[in-house]
Amino acid sequence: MKVMIAMSGGVDSSVAAALLVEQGHEVVGVTMRLWGGESDTGCCSVSDVDDARRVAQQLGIDHLVFNFTEDFNEHVVAPYVQAHTEGITPNPCIECNRHVKFARLSERATLLGFDAVATGHHARVTESPDSALGELELERGADRAKDQSYVVHMIDQAELARTMFPVGGMTKTEVRAHAARLGLRTATKPDSQDVCFITSTGGRTTFLGTRIPFRSATVVDTAGVVVGEVPAVEMVTLGQRRGLGLAGGGPKRFVVDIDIEKSVVTIGDESDLLTAGHTIRNMTWVRSPEFVAGFDTVLLQCSAHGTPQPATVSISNDGLTAEVRWTQPQRRISAGQSMVLYDPTDRFVLGGGICA
Amino acid sequence: MGAKVGDHSLRATCTCTLITVNEAATLTYLDHAATTPMRAEAVEAMLPFLTERFANPSGAHRFARSVRQAVDEARDVVADVIGCQPGEVVFTGCGTEADNAAIVGAQGRHGGLGVCVATEHHAVLHAIEHGGGRVVGADSLGRVDLDALIAALDDQVSIVSVMTVNNEVGSINPMAAVSAAVRQHAPRALLHTDAVQAPSWLDLREVFPHVDLLALSAHKFGGPKGVGVLALRQGTVLAPLLQGGGQERDRRSGTHNVAGIVAMAEALRLTDLERSAEVERLGALRDRLVDTLLAELPDVIETVPRDAKVAGSAHICIAGIESEALLYLLDEESICASAASACASGAMEPSHVLAAMGVERRYSLGALRLSLGHTTTSADIDRVISVLVPAVRRLRGATK
Repeated sequence: MKVMIAMSGGVDSSVAAALLVEQGHEVVGVTMRLWGGESDTGCCSVSDVDDARRVAQQLGIDHLVFNFTEDFNEHVVAPYVQAHTEGITPNPCIECNRHVKFARLSERATLLGFDAVATGHHARVTESPDSALGELELERGADRAKDQSYVVHMIDQAELARTMFPVGGMTKTEVRAHAARLGLRTATKPDSQDVCFITSTGGRTTFLGTRIPFRSATVVDTAGVVVGEVPAVEMVTLGQRRGLGLAGGGPKRFVVDIDIEKSVVTIGDESDLLTAGHTIRNMTWVRSPEFVAGFDTVLLQCSAHGTPQPATVSISNDGLTAEVRWTQPQRRISAGQSMVLYDPTDRFVLGGGICA
Repeated sequence: MGAKVGDHSLRATCTCTLITVNEAATLTYLDHAATTPMRAEAVEAMLPFLTERFANPSGAHRFARSVRQAVDEARDVVADVIGCQPGEVVFTGCGTEADNAAIVGAQGRHGGLGVCVATEHHAVLHAIEHGGGRVVGADSLGRVDLDALIAALDDQVSIVSVMTVNNEVGSINPMAAVSAAVRQHAPRALLHTDAVQAPSWLDLREVFPHVDLLALSAHKFGGPKGVGVLALRQGTVLAPLLQGGGQERDRRSGTHNVAGIVAMAEALRLTDLERSAEVERLGALRDRLVDTLLAELPDVIETVPRDAKVAGSAHICIAGIESEALLYLLDEESICASAASACASGAMEPSHVLAAMGVERRYSLGALRLSLGHTTTSADIDRVISVLVPAVRRLRGATK
């Protein structure tokens, strides 16, 4: 097959490219230029492009750089900034996968005659064991600690059919060992952890502070008594414990509510954070809603490496909204976070959406 | 010549792929504005200075003096083609250095502000912006907007830079008119021109009289990479970029790149000699190329009309496609073309030139620069047409 592999310059996509070559595919590496501004990590820096290019040269495959900075800004950065003014905290990596990697890049790959798009994500595309369904499964990566099925949960069946995750069946240790065996320069490169357009030195505060006006907020307790003030309500997150200008000592207190319009942050104890359930909007489905409705309970994961918890789910007729009820009350999830449904055995993705 | 390129060793940890000499022969190369192949005579001219004639021309022995003579003779040739005195020729490390030597050097010596046009090469644009200068607009043909230029001129201005030929779209600036405007409205200012794209198409003897400073780059006319020229009118004083041994009459320190200088002079001499015939030959090929593309493909514009640009430039804008996708399909067929300038990562940047010209976005997204040069043949044109037309149709149809 003719495969386009998205190469970030990291070890996973380097090894993914190598595996595709070993499997005999016709492989072209592509590094997406996504962010034009300051960056020290992720997919965007010139040194990462250098790494990707050198690995491609070593593997004897072509390497191209596509400039998707406009798409990235329009679909990822600008909405990220805007969301913070509305008290919503989105996951930009997921939006990048949704709008850029598995949309823009994939469309271009099709246009240019490629049969599939591969990435270095730790996830697996497999045939459903229930052949009657004739559907593909998006399985968790073999390395549970490095599993990235959460961040690629928006891939639908059609896209899944032309998606390859060559390292999904390997542990991270195996990936690094394979890279070392091939002598790839990325073999010992540290994993990227953070949002690629936010620098480690400046952080989120600097990034957002130069783009939106911060508004101070009053901090009150659950009885409405003013107990402090924060300089930027846009930077406060649900469950936050520090940086609230509170006196020390006493029981642990958490941010339990943020009213961005009134600029009021409410603190309370851990029990005030708990909720019975959530509404998930903008649902996308790997498996059909009918199939998902067949489960009494599903597992629901609410952050990239969060522990999935059981919940019941009820799906709207149009499939766009899901009401979830936790089996046990759980800490509230911030609006904007992605919530991903897994099957009860925690093996494969059912679908996912955004916490309302 | 030299080592066989195909016999690179396959090590376990590194199986490098190289474009071999044979592969290069199968390329259809229409990216001469990026770089043009070296002329065989230029390669021949430089070889002795990479081997037996290795002396430093600034040395005090006869061996050095003979090499010094080669540099002096090269300087005479370059001066003759530019239409200046040999003493007005300074050899530099590249075109970008020559531009910076002029702009940074003028401001370093005389203070004041720089002015340039928004369509300039980044070597000029970024140097002017770095010095806090003024950037003026262009017209829809990619030439300086003379009224805007005049509005930006005053006696604070110490250096004005207007390119002779635009590297993306090929527009020719009216240097006589620019010169008159600068002399009248910014009497203190030096006038520099980045003429890097000019030598193959225009007689520099008709350009230099209008300016004080003129930059060239050898690899754009069949010389090697890593050598350039700054011609500066006698009496023009700049602060040198480099402090050092005072070569080039204290105007450019650093040991001479003798092989590069000698090869550049030979390439420039031949370019000058063959120019009128080549302009006619390549202009006809360019016309056939563009005429055919315009006839075969609807909603394509010729970015700059032919009477406003050089003969080797075939810049078109194709609505409904993206340059990056088209370049990939051309590349797949071993056709070398370009869209705009690439950033450090290798990604294509949206063209600042097309933006300055006010080209509609639906056209600028599909910009394609095909640039012809001394090795271009009629067969190259046939091949490009035969690949480009179906590629555009395919991208527009979004089928497959």
